[in-house]
Amino acid sequence: MLGIFQNIEISHYIYLSCVLFCIGLFGVLFRRNAIILLMCIELMLNSVNLLMAAFTEYMGDQNANGQMFVFFIMVVAAAEAAVGLAILVMVYRNTKKTDVSFLDSLKD
Amino acid sequence: MNTLSIILGLPLLGFIINGIFGSKIPKSLSGGIGTISVFLSFVFSLMALPMFIENPDYTVKLDLFTFLSFDTFNLRVAFTLDRLSLWMTLIVTGIGTLIHIYSISYMKEDEGFYKFFAYLNFFIFNMLLLILGSNFIMLFFGWEGVGLCSYLLIGFWYKNADYGKAARKAFIMNRIGDLGLLLGIFMIIQQFGTLEFATVFEEINKGAVSVNTLNAIGILLFIGAMGKSAQIPLFTWLPDAMAGPTPVSALIHAATMVTAGIYLVIRCSALYVLSPIANEVIIWTGLSTAIVAALIGLKQNDIKKVLAYSTVSQLGFMFVALGCGAYTTALFHVTTHAFFKALLFLGAGSVIHGMHHEQDIRKMGGLKSKMPVTYFTFLIGTLAITGFPFLSGFFSKDEILTIAFNHNIVVYILLVGSALLTGIYMFRLLFVTFYGEYRNHHYAFEKVHESPRLMTLPLMILAVLSIFGGLLNLPHYLQHEGGILQNWLKPVIGLSNTSQHEISFNTEMILVSIAVLVFVTALLLTRMRYISRKHIPQEQTPTGVLGIISNKFYFDEIYDFVFVKPFETMSIWLQQVFELKVVSKISYGIHDILRFFGGLNKKIQNGNIEYYLMFMVIGVLILLGFNFFN
Repeated sequence: MLGIFQNIEISHYIYLSCVLFCIGLFGVLFRRNAIILLMCIELMLNSVNLLMAAFTEYMGDQNANGQMFVFFIMVVAAAEAAVGLAILVMVYRNTKKTDVSFLDSLKD
Repeated sequence: MNTLSIILGLPLLGFIINGIFGSKIPKSLSGGIGTISVFLSFVFSLMALPMFIENPDYTVKLDLFTFLSFDTFNLRVAFTLDRLSLWMTLIVTGIGTLIHIYSISYMKEDEGFYKFFAYLNFFIFNMLLLILGSNFIMLFFGWEGVGLCSYLLIGFWYKNADYGKAARKAFIMNRIGDLGLLLGIFMIIQQFGTLEFATVFEEINKGAVSVNTLNAIGILLFIGAMGKSAQIPLFTWLPDAMAGPTPVSALIHAATMVTAGIYLVIRCSALYVLSPIANEVIIWTGLSTAIVAALIGLKQNDIKKVLAYSTVSQLGFMFVALGCGAYTTALFHVTTHAFFKALLFLGAGSVIHGMHHEQDIRKMGGLKSKMPVTYFTFLIGTLAITGFPFLSGFFSKDEILTIAFNHNIVVYILLVGSALLTGIYMFRLLFVTFYGEYRNHHYAFEKVHESPRLMTLPLMILAVLSIFGGLLNLPHYLQHEGGILQNWLKPVIGLSNTSQHEISFNTEMILVSIAVLVFVTALLLTRMRYISRKHIPQEQTPTGVLGIISNKFYFDEIYDFVFVKPFETMSIWLQQVFELKVVSKISYGIHDILRFFGGLNKKIQNGNIEYYLMFMVIGVLILLGFNFFN
């Protein structure tokens, strides 16, 4: 089972990560729904995680430092998602909308 | 516990209690606290008296803490009670107590009652600070403190804009004098490296500094005294200070605070003995003040203004004595003056109270029958100040005249002239107020009433003091071993007493006769004019020399023209030309430039999160690009 992933070339991982990251990035840039924004941010984080795990294998690091980081990022991302969703719930309660472009009252 | 901390602490405590809780406690309690705190202070100073009588060099010291410290220069918050400061303390707290009692009744109707007592207590505290401080900086603190209290109390009825202006005038005039005092203090620091009285005077006695320096310091300190003790050219604030409630005029602007300048010079007697030029300056300033103020007093029609100019004039007398080196005599006159001038002011307050806030003597007259106690005590006060034989003022003024005679015959003659004027304006005041016909048509004669017991009691006590105050320092021809005060002050002032021994008994008798003659002349002249001919001061202002006098020699107008107007013109120019043409142009220019560039950037911040994120991404890409190509 493990062998399958090790046999894939590193360049494929990089391409996949780039694609995932860009999907996330453009999602953040062009979508307005706050929930989708959060999901896209999650996507960007996970593309980095994937790259991190792949490079760890590629470098043959016995301590698996990169994979350690993956766990850290996952924990932080979970916390961030929790906070973000909590804010979103509050925003929704107050405005009945999840549209971020609506939240511009700090402008003036 | 140290006596000093009690004497100083009680009025401060009264101030704090009245200041914080005054509005919540009944008037009687607030007045009681104010009065009792000062009275206890007086009692404790009295209790210290026996020790001082036993031992001439006895002092009480209280050294609290270091206020400021540079490498070799220490400013300590320290107090010393010696014979001089004890004498002053007794006057301040004693007269202060009487005036507090008087105020309870006088200010009864006032809504700011507790505030009044808080200020009065604070004043007593500051005055004691001034008297008891053992270095120049403590004296300066007290000096400024009494100035502040004076300001607060002159403007006590601040809703009247004129009173507020009078308060500010007093404050500013005092500041001018204070600048001189400060410069003097700086010079002392520079010359002696310390401000402790004891050390400074020791150095001076050792001859450590030149006469020129001493003269300079002496004159600078005297400028401070000029402001506080209302001497020409800084005297115009004192008559205006009569805007304050009458007890304030009695306590601060007659009996105690204005004598602070005299105290300063007496305290620095060691310095003034050795600075002849400063002494001449003091003599001539005092002399001109004594005459000019007495002349102005002749033509005033406000009962309090007459007394105010009288105070200025009497302070001039004291300074003449100081300039002649007769420090005991000056302090003697301070003491007797405190008695009879407080009495006169409180008497005037009683008249004003009885007349329902009428101060114009043209609208009084014939009050003798309606206010017997006030009349009688006022009469005693008048006799004391004009030098009726064997009342307090007779002795103290006679002593000053003798000293002046000894010093310079011209000074003597001018002073005698001023004494004559004193007699004339005081008897004029007495006759116009209490004799003749009642002249106020707006306030029925029947409604004029004697003041309550609480007000007449201090009057009677002060009247007794005014009669017997002279016993404190009897002249040589009555007491061969020297007066009480003279012997009392010997250890403090020491070498600086000019002796009266040089004058023969016969000369002295001639001088006394002249003084009596002056008194009789003044009495007869005024009696003829105001009682026999029933003359009443006119409404319209006279012309010629009298016009100049009744316009107070145009002092205020001249100051207005020389100092106030140019300053005002400059301020208006700055406001209307400089401000608009220069300052606004610059600040608006900067504003416009910033606004222009801000406008350019404003478009980026349009509130769309997508845009912000886009710019963030672009920024990250640019950074990456830099990284890539370098």
